[in-house]
Formats: sequence, C-alpha cells, structure tokens
Amino acid sequence: MAAEAKAPTRRVSSQRTTAELLRVIFLPLGQLFAFILGSAVVLGLIVVVLSFLLSRDDPKIFQTAIAILPQVIIDGIVRGFLFATIALGYTMVYGVLEFINFAHGEIFMVGGFVGAGVAYLLNQWGILSNLPALLFVIITVLIGMTVSGLLAMGTERIAYRPLRNAPRLVPLISAIGMSLVLQDMVRLIATNTPLGFNARFETPNFGKPFQLASIPLGDRGIPVLIGPKAVIFIVAALLMLLALNYLVNATRLGKAIRAVAQDRATASLMGINVNQIISLTFLIGGALGGAAGVLFGMNIGTVNPYMGFIPGLKAFTAAVLGGIGNITGAMVGGIVLGFLEAFVASYLSLFTGGNFSGASYADIAAFSILILILIFRPEGLLGESTTQKV
Amino acid sequence: MALLELQNVHTYYGKIHALKGISVHIEKGEIVTLIGSNGAGKSTTLRTISGLLTPRHGQVMLNDKRIDHVPPHEIVKMGVAQSPEGRRIFPRLTVLENLELGAYLHDTRSEAYHADLERVLTLFPRLRERVAQKGGTLSGGEQQMLAIGRALMTRPSVLLLDEPSMGLAPVLVEQIFEIIQEINSQGMTVLLVEQNALQALSIANRGYVLQSGAIVLEDDAKALIENEMVQKAYLGLE
Ligand SMILES: Nc1ncnc2c1ncn2[C@@H]1O[C@H](COP(=O)(O)OP(=O)(O)OP(=O)(O)O)[C@@H](O)[C@H]1O
Ligand SMILES: [Mg+2]
Repeated sequence: MAAEAKAPTRRVSSQRTTAELLRVIFLPLGQLFAFILGSAVVLGLIVVVLSFLLSRDDPKIFQTAIAILPQVIIDGIVRGFLFATIALGYTMVYGVLEFINFAHGEIFMVGGFVGAGVAYLLNQWGILSNLPALLFVIITVLIGMTVSGLLAMGTERIAYRPLRNAPRLVPLISAIGMSLVLQDMVRLIATNTPLGFNARFETPNFGKPFQLASIPLGDRGIPVLIGPKAVIFIVAALLMLLALNYLVNATRLGKAIRAVAQDRATASLMGINVNQIISLTFLIGGALGGAAGVLFGMNIGTVNPYMGFIPGLKAFTAAVLGGIGNITGAMVGGIVLGFLEAFVASYLSLFTGGNFSGASYADIAAFSILILILIFRPEGLLGESTTQKV
Repeated sequence: MALLELQNVHTYYGKIHALKGISVHIEKGEIVTLIGSNGAGKSTTLRTISGLLTPRHGQVMLNDKRIDHVPPHEIVKMGVAQSPEGRRIFPRLTVLENLELGAYLHDTRSEAYHADLERVLTLFPRLRERVAQKGGTLSGGEQQMLAIGRALMTRPSVLLLDEPSMGLAPVLVEQIFEIIQEINSQGMTVLLVEQNALQALSIANRGYVLQSGAIVLEDDAKALIENEMVQKAYLGLE
C-alpha cells in the first residue's frame, strides 16, 4: 500500500507516550523492589519469632539474631542480584526457544575468567593499581560481556541450531556436552597460562567497606557493612535490568524478540529474520551472564573453571521460581532465592546450636525449593498471565 | 508474465508427499482461489510460496525470479504476505503491536507507515477501537481482521489468505469477502484458500481445485461454479 492517502487528522500513535514507556520499564523494577522488601520483611519476621522462642533457653540467641539481621539482608540482596542476572540468560533463551541452555553457567564462568585475565594483563603492564576502581570495573565488565556474549552466540550456532528441529531432549544433551567442553577448554587454557586453575582476580583498591549502621550488642557495636564491590554489583545489576527492560519492551528489536518467542513461523512471515533474532537473544543473555561472572569473580577474588556449575543451577532454580520465560520473574526468583540462601546460611547454625552449619545447607535449601516449585507451582511465582513474558 | 507462478512443485513433510507436482499461476490484479477438502494441500501450497516450506522439486517464481530457496523473511521483503491458517495472532502483543510487526520492514515513523495503518484501520474499524487490547483476547472474527490487516501492513504485492472465513458467523463471512474484494479493487493481487468454495468462487477470477496434493481442475471461477464435479464435491449441490 502506498502513501497516497493524505495524512489523517487524528492518527493512531504507534509511538508509546513517555509515561507508558516509563511504566513498561520501571514497573518490573517496582515489582522487584516489592519482592525485595517482602522477602526481607517475611524472613526477618520469621527470624525474630524463631529467635524469640529459642531465647527462652539461651537469651543471647535473640540478641545475636537481631544484630546480624541487617547484614544478612544485604548479603541476601547481593546473592539475589547474582542469581537474577544469570537467571535472565536462562529465561530469555527459554522464552524464545523453549530450551534450557545448560551451558549458561559456563558462559558466566568464562566471564569471570576473562575479567581475571584482563586484570592480570593490566597488572602485568603495571597500570592496575593506579586505575580508578570504577574505570576498572567498566573495562573488565565490558570485555567480559563481549566475550561471553559472542561465546553464547557461537554455542548456539554450533551446538543448538543444527538441532533446532530434533526432539527436545537432543539439544538439551548437546547443551550439557557444551557445558563440559567449555569447562575443560577453560581449564586447559587456565592451567597453561600464568592464570592457573584457581586464578586470582586482581583488582585496584576499592576502598573500605561502607558502614551503614552500628547495632549495639552488649557493650560492643556490631557494624552493618557493605563492601564497595557489593555496591557496584548491585548498581550494575540494576542498570542491566533496566537496560534489558528497555530493550525488550520499547525497541524494535525487543518487539521482534517477543514475536519470535510467541510464534516463530509467523514472526518470519512479518519479515523478521528468526535466526538472527535467536542469535541476538543468545548474545544478550550471554553478555548479561558474562557481566555477572566478572562482577562475581571480582567480588570473591578468585575464579576457577568449575565455578559456573552451582550458580548456574541456582540461577536456573531462580528462573523456574519466577516462572521460566518471564523476565521480571527471573529477577524476582533470583532475589527470593538469594534471600532464602542468605538466611539459611546465617541462621541455621545459630538456631540449631551449631548442629548444622548453615553455609553447607544453603544449597539444600535452594534445590529443595526447585523441587517444591516443580511439584506445586510449575508456572512459578509470577505465573503465566500476570506479567510480561519475553 | 505471471506475477506468481508455481511450476511442478513437490513439497514433503518428511516422508509425507503433500504436494505432488502442482502448477499454479497468478496474474497481477487477479483474485485466484484454491479450493479443496481437508488435507488436500492448500495450506501447504501457501507455506511453500511463503518459504516456510522448501519444495523438493519444481520452482516458485515471483516476477520471474526463483524464490523457492529464499528464506521467508526475504520473501516478505519481495512483496508476498500471508495471513496464515488459524490467524496466528501474537497473543501477548497488543493489536497495534501486531500491526507494527506487520510493518517490521518499514520505518514506523514514516508517512507511508501511517497511511498504511490508517488504511487498515479504515478497512477494519473494529480494530481501531481495540488498538490497545492484547491480540489473544480478541474474538475469532477480530483476530481474522487483525491477521489480514497485519499482512497488509507488510505492503505486499500479493496477498495469500488461508481460510479467512473459518469459524466466522455468516454476517462476518459476508463482510470479510466484501473486504477482500475491496482490497483487490484497490490493486492487490490475492490468492485465496477457502473451504467456503461458493463464496470464494463468486469473488474470484479463476480457481484451482486441489485433491490429495494434485490439481484436478483449473478454470475461470464462473465455469467452476457450473462444473458438475465441483458442485457435487465442494458446493454441496446435487
Ligand atoms: N506439519 C506437518 N507434518 C506432517 N504432515 C503434515 C503437516 N502439515 C500438513 N501435513 C499433511 O499434509 C497434507 C496437506 O495438509 P494441508 O494443511 O496443506 O491441508 P489443507 O488443504 O490446508 O487442509 P485444511 O482444509 O484442513 O486446512 C495433509 O495430509 C496433512 O496431514
Ligand atoms: Mg489448511
């Protein structure tokens, strides 16, 4: 149809108004904050009640439980954002292909290694310690995102696309194979370079942790601390979530991604190059995973070729928890899981008189949740209809 | 020179031989209809033209250029649009977003795009009232209008329609056929697949009868309506 019709008087706007745009971008973040607040309050209350009950035998339990609570919440937020950023990669790919990319944990790990490698080189050149911390973060994260994104795109091209029309189990097995290949390839590279199997992630000096508050406990004060790296992690994760929401909900590419997710054949009838969109989905998901890997490695100071496995599984749990295929759900699932883990890790040993060490049971908590959700609410916390799927 | 031509096309689903060497030609400005019973291969023909299926033998020509190995998104670019069987609306996108996707290859800030949109919304006033509604919540008839409108938004030179009257109330069927005629009178070439053979033939210039993957009859639409075999098998007349 040509443009011979004269411009209509009242045209139907295809451009969203600014208000609508802000709504689609910030509404998911609002939901996210609601879940952060909700998880913190609910779990905090449980802790208060439990410790109050237990303090009849031992009054110190209550004091200690309350004193460490703010720190546990911060820990939960940091873990939560870690799972959330990785979970986005699973959920985007699932949304578009209904396929679980089990190699995504390795994409995350590669990001960590690339970050450590860049840091190593910067150190070799003698410029690491003089680099402003923020600039260092930006450089390593951008390089990590690029490499991980391209790698994810490459794995799709090599290991998944040829199997696109095979039975569903086949690409899944290919993904598991890809995950092993990536682990061992990185191990090969790492052990044959000065990085080593357990590679140190050097950083410039980030400065001292910020003290948010001090909680009196007896005659001492317990400080509530948040490290600068954790702050950077949270800020970076929030920025990525915002950018992703903008991309998916407000751009032409985002519309194409959603169309491909909903009906691949029909999307191609609209002139959308489906393979290209799938590649870009892997690129974006991989880049997010890579960024998470860099930030995670930076946070804990060391990376190894197998470090992607457990966080990958947990992020997968988070994605299922939130409703797989649902972007907001992945973030929410990550946050809720992060909180649960932080609480179990910190309080289990306190509440059981040291009989169970919390840290080692945190994984059990995480995976029990996966099993429970799969049994009782397979559609996830946010369900099918309530929010945006990809 | 035909605008669109299928020459001895064989299409398979794995081992199933769905199109057994069909030849069809469509001239510029025509409405051509393809009738046939369930499973005859009508949708397969349209999917083959659109590039969703690749024929194993034979060729598909658009303006004398072979398109049978061109991917679907490129074929859209060359001017072939399809409103697929079962409408295939993007259910979680709004009506407007569905139409915007039809215009995926065009600049949605351009005057031409707005003119297209205005034209589609004038053809289908019910869509105008529902631009912000999610595609999945439209009624069947409204979804059909959206599917046709969305195909028009690609700015095609040939429009492939797969059973546009399926599942619609008689009034709406009437209306859809009128709209197809209107679109055609504005210069659009149409290939219409229909179960509703009588109505399809009454608006078409020519028709093909497809049976088990082969063309068994080909004639002017008027002649086909008079044809005894067509009357028996497809028009329910004795
Ligand atoms: N995806 C598929 N896989 C295998 N066989 C298929 C597939 N799609 C269609 N077929 C077979 O190909 C033949 C033609 O199907 P097609 O959908 O083209 O029929 P149709 O003429 O459009 O029928 P209807 O009027 O019921 O829509 C049928 O025998 C059908 O079973
Ligand atoms: Mg059909």
